[in-house]
Amino acid sequence: MTDGTSRIREYKIEINNLTKNFGRRLIFKGIDRVYDRPGIYGISGPNGSGKSTIVKIFCGILSPNSGTITHHSGASKIESNVWYRHIGFVSPYLVLYDEFTAEENIAFFSAIREINFDAGRSDFLFEKFGIIDRKNDLVKTYSSGMKQRLKFIGALYHNPDVLIFDEPTSNLDIAGKETVYNVIKELSKEKIVFLASNDREDIDLCSEVLDLNLYKSK
Amino acid sequence: MKSALALLKKDFSSEIRTRYAINSLGMFIVVTVSVILFSIGNEKINEYLTGGLFWVVVFFTSMSGLSRAFVSEEERGTALTLQLLAKPESIYSGKFLFNVALVFSMNLIIAVLFSLLFEMFLFKNLLLFVFAFIVGNVGVAASSTIIAAIIAKAGSKGTLYPVLAFPILLPLILTLIELTKQAMDGNTVSDSSVELAVLFCYDVIMISAAYLLFDFIWKD
Repeated sequence: MTDGTSRIREYKIEINNLTKNFGRRLIFKGIDRVYDRPGIYGISGPNGSGKSTIVKIFCGILSPNSGTITHHSGASKIESNVWYRHIGFVSPYLVLYDEFTAEENIAFFSAIREINFDAGRSDFLFEKFGIIDRKNDLVKTYSSGMKQRLKFIGALYHNPDVLIFDEPTSNLDIAGKETVYNVIKELSKEKIVFLASNDREDIDLCSEVLDLNLYKSK
Repeated sequence: MKSALALLKKDFSSEIRTRYAINSLGMFIVVTVSVILFSIGNEKINEYLTGGLFWVVVFFTSMSGLSRAFVSEEERGTALTLQLLAKPESIYSGKFLFNVALVFSMNLIIAVLFSLLFEMFLFKNLLLFVFAFIVGNVGVAASSTIIAAIIAKAGSKGTLYPVLAFPILLPLILTLIELTKQAMDGNTVSDSSVELAVLFCYDVIMISAAYLLFDFIWKD
């Protein structure tokens, strides 16, 4: 991003023997990985393979049944209750506040994250995602593709170290997809970017792919 | 604290735009007080019964509106968004502050309606009633907020809320009824120190327990 707020920080996510079940159903088992360099990392697998589950575990929203996941910034370990400060997240099941305008949503995200609202940065991102003209419209008047673009703005606004995109191009038109791909490529130069997707085009962007189908055996 | 205040501000703006809780609470208060008035007719009811009815209306009004704090976030799917934006304790604080404001304004309206419509709703020691009212409202908000967080995750939210709230709010409501009676009798604050201590302890226990447990409730 070229708005003057970007920085490169050493960030590391370490996953040890990660296992998740829902009741008696095994979702995945024994995942070991270390992500310590900027880049695009894919998470693939068919529907129901646990892509959304694992990204929620990465964010600290879900807990694994066994195994550990740790986030490190430089030499220090980050407590799980503040991971959210370092993560930008986009997914189709992430919902925005319909009764507020797009800009009010971003201002609220900024306030609740205890960051002063920067109209310049907000406008820069609205411009980048092509919805600057609609920033003062209520989100309920947005199409699903525009909401998806707004989710990207919300995810990038606080300049996080890690970006987690679950099905990032869902609901987007060709121009929207192109913008998102360009943004992802740009971000991956200095940040860890995860893409959880089935879409061949999305997965082709990734330098390394975690195939959840390989972690199903009991 | 800034996060909690940001959430409080968001909930206020959201409430002003959507009027989810205000409308249902307002209608509930009007309907309940009207039903009591119709059922009493020309009968004279004693002051203790009026005090009891006041807290009954408060209890059921709380049941009808205070669960919105978390239920609306879960129903709209914005709970996940909040989980990604702030610490659990900030979320609880924001929702608790919103419910405190809602409980105070709603109970103030009920108190004004009771004093206008029920001639026996009179206090010889108004200060004691005001103490009980303030501490009681904080207790109602604290317990209602944490129960709302629990039931928001459940399937049958509407039924579960009063069922879970009843045993938790019962000691509070019974103490408040007793204190209201004592305020009507003209007891001094020091005469009612035991009941007031119970109320303070209830608030402290509920708020502490809520902060300790909220992280487990909030995250799946």
